[in-house]
Amino acid sequence: MNPYNIHITGVGGQGIGLLSQAILRGIDSAGITAMAVDTHGLAQRGGSVISRIRCGQKIHSPLIAKKSADIVLGMEVHEAMRGLDFALKKGGTLVYLDVSWQPLPVRLGQEKEILVEDIKRVCKSAGVKAIQVDVRSLEDSRSQNMALLGTLAKYNLIPGVSKKDYEVALNDLLAGEMLKNNLVVFRKYATK
Amino acid sequence: MKKLGEVLIQKGPFEEILMGNEALVRAMVETGTKVVTSYPGSPTPEIATGIQSIAKDKQPFYFEFSVNEKVATEVAFGSALNGNLSCVFYKSVGLNVALDTFVQLSLMNIIGGMVVVVGDDPGANSSQNEQDNRNVYKMSRVTVLEPSSPQEAYEYYIHAAALAVKEQTAVVLRLTTHVCHARQKIKFGVYDNAVPGKTQFNHENGPYIALTTMALDMKRKSIRKLDRSKQFIKDKGLNVQTLVKDNQGKGIITAGLTYLSVLDVLEDAHYKPNILKLGAVNPLEESSILSFLKRCDQVLVLEELDDILELQIKALAYDNGLKTKLIGKQIDEDFVGEYTPDKVKDKLAMVWPDLLDPGSINEPSLFKVPDRPAQMCPGCGHRSAFFAIKKALKNEDVTVADIGCHTLGYMPPYNIGEVLMCMGASSGMASGLSLFNDKKRVVAFLGDSTFFHAGLPGLINSIYNRHDITLIIMENGTTAMTGHQDHAGEQIPIESLLKGLGIESILSCDTYSQAKLTDLVKTSMAVKGISVVIAKHPCMLKFTRLSRKKPGYIQRHVSIDPKICNKTHDCVERFGCPTFVRNPDNSVDINLDLCIGDGSCKPSCPVEAIGFEKGAK
Repeated sequence: MNPYNIHITGVGGQGIGLLSQAILRGIDSAGITAMAVDTHGLAQRGGSVISRIRCGQKIHSPLIAKKSADIVLGMEVHEAMRGLDFALKKGGTLVYLDVSWQPLPVRLGQEKEILVEDIKRVCKSAGVKAIQVDVRSLEDSRSQNMALLGTLAKYNLIPGVSKKDYEVALNDLLAGEMLKNNLVVFRKYATK
Repeated sequence: MKKLGEVLIQKGPFEEILMGNEALVRAMVETGTKVVTSYPGSPTPEIATGIQSIAKDKQPFYFEFSVNEKVATEVAFGSALNGNLSCVFYKSVGLNVALDTFVQLSLMNIIGGMVVVVGDDPGANSSQNEQDNRNVYKMSRVTVLEPSSPQEAYEYYIHAAALAVKEQTAVVLRLTTHVCHARQKIKFGVYDNAVPGKTQFNHENGPYIALTTMALDMKRKSIRKLDRSKQFIKDKGLNVQTLVKDNQGKGIITAGLTYLSVLDVLEDAHYKPNILKLGAVNPLEESSILSFLKRCDQVLVLEELDDILELQIKALAYDNGLKTKLIGKQIDEDFVGEYTPDKVKDKLAMVWPDLLDPGSINEPSLFKVPDRPAQMCPGCGHRSAFFAIKKALKNEDVTVADIGCHTLGYMPPYNIGEVLMCMGASSGMASGLSLFNDKKRVVAFLGDSTFFHAGLPGLINSIYNRHDITLIIMENGTTAMTGHQDHAGEQIPIESLLKGLGIESILSCDTYSQAKLTDLVKTSMAVKGISVVIAKHPCMLKFTRLSRKKPGYIQRHVSIDPKICNKTHDCVERFGCPTFVRNPDNSVDINLDLCIGDGSCKPSCPVEAIGFEKGAK
């Protein structure tokens, strides 16, 4: 478990910043040492955004080496595949949403869109576990990050970090209506 | 909810998870920093976000976004001459803009003390280069501290402030992108209350006129000041040696984030070399380096970007007759990119093959994933502007870009902007390109924040030197790319400023009126001499975020009528809003997560198949 590396990826504007902070604070609430680093700047304007979180005693840099993430969380299919290819280690777990924000080459008809079938096939051949999270029922797409957070709690994907810890984190980060709505979605996906 | 603005000014001591940039704000609060200035640029804007999260009446110091990094440095310097501890922060290339002022700082008796925080960007994540500003610090004779983590960023700011006040000088805190943006739990100190502002300027504390012979004496003083800071570096234990038994006579000298990459890689090493981590990268505190060199048979100087430490350490070893083998930059690639754990692992494996298990051969990628370059947001006024302006341009006309969100126009489908240098360079370059050039018209682009930052001199030059260019000012009312900071355009209307400069041909319209904008640009390009078109539309990302906060906000969307659409793809391919979804059967849909219902795409459809969703106005 030491170190335990989490690579989160998606498109600028999908709410990766809040998800990353909720996970980091959830790990801290469970009494585990952790650090993180997010992408900020130009890439946030509709580009690929990555957040890395590392926990355990033997961590020094917040950056994760190639192919050494225990989990990749993909908020969008193209970025899930990119994270799977670059960061996920053999035997790791990919948790992804069936959400597609077509990148420029796909919209211009120059390259093919990545489909869920592509992700499933590549996961099988790469020997990694894949968990697809269905968010079609979510009324507000901006709470899709809570579906991923709930899935982490439901399958105990970060050892030692419980549903309670993630809720402590959300209470640190949010208040009022925002907290209430996000907790509703989180709890829906966190319950077995 | 833990509000950042409250966390940063609580009494303390306390522990909290913060970003490097936010930890710096707490350090400013605790050290009694009284004036803070900046111009926004990644990786440093989140420092300002932290400052502005503090309720105005509780902010313990004055803060402003100055018009550019040079002026920001001058405002901080002026207030420090009054006895106020002052701080200025900006990105790597911001130092180029501030250089004229920055190089003079070490000559001056800065009674209040000054901390200059500069965020370098190895790997050019959000910059036009990955310049290593340590080159500049040597020339400028300033002390430079380089933290490796957010905890150190907080601690080193406090050291930098202490040294700046003690030596009445400017001290640089050098950060890189992934130190600015990392988050970790940090131990903070105590803050009681704000210090009062001082106005103690007295020319007798000077001299403050560094001209001809006086400059030489002031330089002698700055050389002595720099030398004295070596003692400070030693007393504060900023250069840390980690000595291990079984080190096989090997040692590594490193600094900054690279140090953390080294520690990560060495977790799986067969043995551990000694490590000297330099917290102060200028000036080099020789005694700690010499004692380290003497302990090792061979030392690898492992530093990102340029060989600044390496060459000085080699000279030091030579001067002291040391036999220690010194290894540094060996191949071109050693000068390029960020020293991530992967890059450090490759370098260590090359220098000491027995140190690590042979890395797995670079496995081929599992899948070719399409690139995702940054994009102008859905509804962006610049997109409508580029779509309209492209119709006014002939193939051979030349378009010159500048720095801002509008730089993204260079990509397909617009391809507007064929050369880019730095902030405010477009009208100057356009003027040069327009000489001897009567067939092609040269069109320069300039954002409104960039206009005030450094765009004016080039524009004024094209007026009084009568250059034949068209300048298109992309006015969105904010400094959008870096996070919607405000700028001088709030108080100074650009159009009246241009009139005051004596420009006759000034046309302007909203960029959503695409047909009109096309005509205005055609007219403007036909004018002899300098002509300006102001292409206006508020930043839609900022506008949508504000409107969403209002009660009763309903999110509108456009929709495409499949019965009318004949799949010419003008919307998804030529207008290019990221909201459009291209289906396998070549039909086009709307991504409802992205569409903000602005409707600026409607004119792009030749058969008017785009409308607002039934029911939604």
